Amino acid sequence: MKTKHIILIVVMVALFIVPFIISPSAEYGGADSAVEELISNQGYEPWFSPIWEPPSSEIESLLFALQASIGAIIIGYFVGFEKGKRAKK
Amino acid sequence: MHIMEGFLPHPWWEIWYVISMGIVAYGVYRLSRVTKKLPEAKPLLALMGAFIFVLSALKLPSVTGSCSHPTGSGLAAVIFGPAIASVLSMIALLFQALLLAHGGLTTLGANTFSMGIVGPVVAYLIWVVCRKARLPTSAGIFLAATLGDLFTYVTTSAQLALVFPTAAGFFDAFLKFGAIFAITQIPLAIGEGILAIFLFDFLAKYKGQLLAAIKVISLPITAHEQEGKE
Repeated sequence: MKTKHIILIVVMVALFIVPFIISPSAEYGGADSAVEELISNQGYEPWFSPIWEPPSSEIESLLFALQASIGAIIIGYFVGFEKGKRAKK
Repeated sequence: MHIMEGFLPHPWWEIWYVISMGIVAYGVYRLSRVTKKLPEAKPLLALMGAFIFVLSALKLPSVTGSCSHPTGSGLAAVIFGPAIASVLSMIALLFQALLLAHGGLTTLGANTFSMGIVGPVVAYLIWVVCRKARLPTSAGIFLAATLGDLFTYVTTSAQLALVFPTAAGFFDAFLKFGAIFAITQIPLAIGEGILAIFLFDFLAKYKGQLLAAIKVISLPITAHEQEGKE
């Protein structure tokens, strides 16, 4: 790991901590739903609703975690595989 | 950047579908050509898809006091070209539309257009310009991924403003949506740029020859590829 990478990690962590320092009492709702609300307030009624919705926010976070972990497994497998291949030589 | 299910009335959702599906179809053609010519590129394709999956699942806090998520499609565009990034983005969007009620089937065309077409095209062009300007590779990757992410949200704002202009017109609505989407997105886009540097540095070191063989990317390979010779 190069110095460049260490600096980048620090910057990235800072990026996502700073919001809580600047506005500790904000709601941190989704930008998607903020826009949805803005449009609904104009009196718009969506003409189609999702064919299936996660029954609760627990199930929703389960599925989000599933999505992220599917991706993370593939990335981890790829990186480990390539590093192992190189190390064998 | 998800436009929620049912929030694009006729004829807009059809228009975006037609545009997006044309490009996704071209992307599928490109995809089959790459995998036929370079079967060893398949794991790399999966990796790019996985990067999009992870990033678009992460809802991150922003300085505006709301949350949004990065897209991950810029890096795929730099490595495989924008059309293939469109296909990969649509897969992630479909997953979220079906299982998470995030985005939707009627808005899939529009969401694919912003995340899978405009974002990747912007990322790809920025990358090309940075290479021409002989900027360091990391700077090019960072700018490509960051601006691709940001322009995805700018596009969503424009798409919504077209359908829901305020009394003052399209531009006023565009600024209003942009204020929610694009401003929130700035720190997230920077984060995506940083993550893209990490993955790209790894690929340049371990898969330099494969990246060059795909022929989308022209690397300043010298140092990297020597390191990456297998």
